[in-house]
Amino acid sequence: MFGKVIGKRLLFSAFILIAVSLLVFGATLLLPGDAARAILGQQATPERIAALNEQLGLDQPAWQRYFTWLGGLFVGDFGTSSATGGSVGALLGDRIGASFILMGLAALISVPLGIGLGVYQALHRGKRRDQAMTGLSLVLAAMPEFVIGIGLIAIFATSVFQILPAVTLAPPGEPVWNRPEQLILPTLTLILVVTPYIVRMMRATMIEVLDSGFVEMARLKGVPEKRVIMRHAVPHALGPVAQVVAIQLAWLAGGVVVVEFLFRYPGLGQALIDAVTYRDVQVVQAISMLVAAVYVVVNLAADVVGILTNPKLRSAA
Amino acid sequence: MSPKTQTVRHDDANEPNEKIVLRVSDLRVLTNAGDEILHGVDFALARGEILGLVGESGSGKTTAGLACMGHFREGLKFGSGSVSIWPRGDATHLEVGDLDEVALRDLRGSRIAYIPQDPALSLNPAMRVGEQIREVLDIHGFGSSEKERADRVAEVLVDVGLPGDKTYQKRWPHQLSGGQQQRIGIAMAFAMYPDVLILDEPTTGLDVSTQSVVLDTIRQMTVANNVAGLYITHDLAVIKDISDRVAVMLRGDLVEEGPVSAVLERPQHEYTKMLMAAVPDLAGRKTIGDGAAEAKAVAEADEKTHILVSAGEKPGDSKSDRSDADGAAASAVDSDVSAVEGKGKSASENAPLLEVKDVELAYGKAQILDGINLTLEPGECTMLLGESGSGKTTLSQCVAGLNDDYKGSVKLRGTELARSTRKRTNEQRVGIQYVFQSPFSSLNPRRSIGQSLTVPLEMSGQGTAASRKATVEEALDSVRLGRTFYHRRPGDLSGGERQRAAIARALVNAPSVMVCDEITSALDVSVQASIVALLRTLREERQLAMLFVTHNIALSRHIADNLAVLNKGKIVDYGLTAQVLENPSHEYTRALIADVPKF
Amino acid sequence: MSTDANSLDDLKSAATDAAEVPKESATTYVPFYKRVLAQKQGKIGLIITVVVVALALCGPLLLPWATGNTATEFVTKPFSPYGLFGSDNLGRDVLSRFLAGGVTLIVYGVLATALGMIVGAIIGMLAAYVGGTFDAVIMRLNDVILAIPQLVFALLAITVLGPQGWVLVTVIGLTHAPRIARVARSATLGVITEDYIKAAEMYAMPRWKVLIRELLPNITGPLSVEAGLRLTYSIGYIASLSFLGLGLQPPAADWGLMINENRIALSIQPWGVLLPVVAIALLTIGTNLLADSFARATASTSVEA
Repeated sequence: MFGKVIGKRLLFSAFILIAVSLLVFGATLLLPGDAARAILGQQATPERIAALNEQLGLDQPAWQRYFTWLGGLFVGDFGTSSATGGSVGALLGDRIGASFILMGLAALISVPLGIGLGVYQALHRGKRRDQAMTGLSLVLAAMPEFVIGIGLIAIFATSVFQILPAVTLAPPGEPVWNRPEQLILPTLTLILVVTPYIVRMMRATMIEVLDSGFVEMARLKGVPEKRVIMRHAVPHALGPVAQVVAIQLAWLAGGVVVVEFLFRYPGLGQALIDAVTYRDVQVVQAISMLVAAVYVVVNLAADVVGILTNPKLRSAA
Repeated sequence: MSPKTQTVRHDDANEPNEKIVLRVSDLRVLTNAGDEILHGVDFALARGEILGLVGESGSGKTTAGLACMGHFREGLKFGSGSVSIWPRGDATHLEVGDLDEVALRDLRGSRIAYIPQDPALSLNPAMRVGEQIREVLDIHGFGSSEKERADRVAEVLVDVGLPGDKTYQKRWPHQLSGGQQQRIGIAMAFAMYPDVLILDEPTTGLDVSTQSVVLDTIRQMTVANNVAGLYITHDLAVIKDISDRVAVMLRGDLVEEGPVSAVLERPQHEYTKMLMAAVPDLAGRKTIGDGAAEAKAVAEADEKTHILVSAGEKPGDSKSDRSDADGAAASAVDSDVSAVEGKGKSASENAPLLEVKDVELAYGKAQILDGINLTLEPGECTMLLGESGSGKTTLSQCVAGLNDDYKGSVKLRGTELARSTRKRTNEQRVGIQYVFQSPFSSLNPRRSIGQSLTVPLEMSGQGTAASRKATVEEALDSVRLGRTFYHRRPGDLSGGERQRAAIARALVNAPSVMVCDEITSALDVSVQASIVALLRTLREERQLAMLFVTHNIALSRHIADNLAVLNKGKIVDYGLTAQVLENPSHEYTRALIADVPKF
Repeated sequence: MSTDANSLDDLKSAATDAAEVPKESATTYVPFYKRVLAQKQGKIGLIITVVVVALALCGPLLLPWATGNTATEFVTKPFSPYGLFGSDNLGRDVLSRFLAGGVTLIVYGVLATALGMIVGAIIGMLAAYVGGTFDAVIMRLNDVILAIPQLVFALLAITVLGPQGWVLVTVIGLTHAPRIARVARSATLGVITEDYIKAAEMYAMPRWKVLIRELLPNITGPLSVEAGLRLTYSIGYIASLSFLGLGLQPPAADWGLMINENRIALSIQPWGVLLPVVAIALLTIGTNLLADSFARATASTSVEA
């Protein structure tokens, strides 16, 4: 029955990806009438335009292009970049790893940190430290990531201290983890952006759970406070919080764009900005699909957590 | 809170006594802001005895009960006074207020156990039920071996009438019924052989039949384990059933205390007298809610369903299980006569005012309603009695046109009505009015009472703005709210006031049939009595026919001429109220009557 | 149960009306704005927001020097005769550009939020009210849009349509909509089971009236919270896009763009970056504090209903 529920979610995930691919592909149909001219500019010769049209497959009907593109995605062929003329897959290859390191590090630190701080705040609710932390998380949650990033750069790299690199120093081709110090500020920026949401959600959920009848009952049974929290309260809060964590992690995929641009970090985000600037549609499409895939995967994971922490769902269906 | 109340002190109860296990004296509890919630409460619990703690909502009874365990809910704190406990085997007593966290924890669940109000919310949904009982034993170090503890879990489960086997222990709370969940709660409380038991309305929300089973279990377990119990409830009937002594609370004061028979039969305090007068009795010997508004009504000749013995006037007679049968018989003769007369009158008309014929409703395989037939004549009141899940609300919503999934017909003065209220004619819509169960939900909190009450007139397109306002004000007067409520918002009103406003909304269009769906079940008993009295008056003033839907059989003689008993979507008994109560033809009705705590 | 029972108890504790005719009871209704301002967050949030908005709106009127003015010299020195905060890499006065650069950000942010709120609230309310297949289809479509982060969606749109103002406003507004619709839908679902909605149906009130008169006033709480949050995010996204060089195009004066242009010189001329960064930070903090105080004010009313 567990498998059945998961199977359902998998099917739904597949539906989402297909729908997103239609959306992403459909968007390119909105390109102004003469896409090739828009890309190459007014001075382009007719030959070059014709060549580009053929290269983009614009001489074929839309549905045919869609299926060619979609089929390519399945075998890892993301098409050809119209800006560089090279394969999109090769262009993104190294960058995927670099971006995932950044996101992975941020997620690994901010999820436990957020859950821990949220529980701590819930247990001290109403006290001064709770109010101070609530205020701080409100302030952090409000600011766009580049504002936080610049603040960190000003503090740690330029104006106050000069202890960390303000931008990525690795020359192209060198793996980013060869110089760990250049990962610190981008990761810290992402952590500061993501953690407040997890803290707030965890705090709210924990407070709700702590007020529930079964927690009061556990206390009235004489259960030690530590066990009340770890055994009775926290597991109930994890289910709903997993959903928020998933949304935040998926959102990281968007936030990472700005952070990479700010720190000149050689990841997908940097590639996306370049592609947008050069109107390199194929690259934008490919990255959008990758991001949607990340969303689907983390949501599946959240569903699993939700099912595991709720026996009602586990035994249902 | 205008009238000052005084806590009574019972010196006899406070005398040193071998059997006393827990004594509360001069207990005061404050809010964090410093307002006093309990104004010095005294009571004592003796082994093998249950003390009933009665009070309406907001009286502080749960706060007092939890204070016995040294527990205060968010926003409350200990004021002054003492809670002393004499645990079994200990020579000295413990002061609950002086204990530290660890000592308090040792006490809870082992010496003092708690049975909560709502088992569905008090059991951890992510823990197997056996494990939850086992947890108590593990924490308090029951016995000396794993096996001993495992055996105790099985044993206590059997004690409360559940299977003790491993597969049952492996169930999740959501796989049990409400009654079973509550018995798990009871098993958890008794697992450590406690000295004191705090029961916080443990049967509220359970059906009458489940309630009586759970009460039986509690009674047996208390006696068998020689435990001192504190039974907190708002339900005087349950108190009579289960407790030996009773203490009455009013706004943080304990106003009266004594043996059950003495307090309930010869109440001394004004408030207790008022409460007693408000509790509906199955035998219908008194007129509940006989307030100022009622004075005129009770004198009317055709109000014979009530035998007028005002409460407190003839003490001693009013309740004792044995005299019940006689009383019921006596009242039955009278009500019989009046009801038969009523039938005679209405027979002269051709079509009945409201006729429900062969109404059926099924969702998939679940048959909610099955061949329902009912008729209602002008000025007549029929009580539709059923437990939760019987389909009574569904049926009343079919009549009102709020549920259009039914088969069969609902006729008003012989004309068949469309299923959905939107498709009914204006006149038909006006003819049947429906009053919702919860006054906390039936009025839009963002609009004034006047705005809400004008809607029916506006939608039926009657009159001008000025004449509508006049009609609404009249309706407010007739439900004894007064026209000053016109500009109020529901948030400013009490539950009883809101329900009056909701009734007024049903009256503005001058309907001929009013459907009242459990309209008193969300209200305190004294408020219920006043609403019942209001309905009686309205019937008289307006010749209003009424379908009164309820789960409370004790109200039947107080309001209804006819009684229809609904069980699992079928009407199993239908006839004059007295006849059905005297000679129930169906097993289910007999069981229902037997399960009502006698009063 | 404890909380529910308590609040119900509270409600009913006011209901000590005995068998007698009810007495007058005092009004407990406090208007929404008063509850917002009763809180520290509300007051601070409002003050910060008003100050930054006033600065941004009035700024262009008190420009000391023209925004497009290009000096021949690259003057980085603050407090020099060339300007209070020095000039940027093209010799333009930092203070002037800062004062001129907030209007578009705020106007775009408000427009995008308004668009998202209108579309989202209508979709969400309709989905909950109509229910059934309509609801299911709408919510599935929502899920599809939610699968792409808003910023990535905006980049996709800019790739195709170019970095014009209307593109930014439309794409951010429309990608807000599904998120707002979710909130509106769940708020509506919470209200729609209330008996006063059924009562309106019973009196055959036209459906649009049910939506506007009975439903909408009862979900303004969660919607106002959402509006505050979405405004914060809108400002954040638009500023981010400008910062990426994909919003307003040079030589326009804009806070995000200023940060992009001046960040290379962060160590030698920090004002060109810090002024707009602080302004954006204050603006988003202000609106977020307001949103939070809306949430608290709403929570304190739920008892009333």
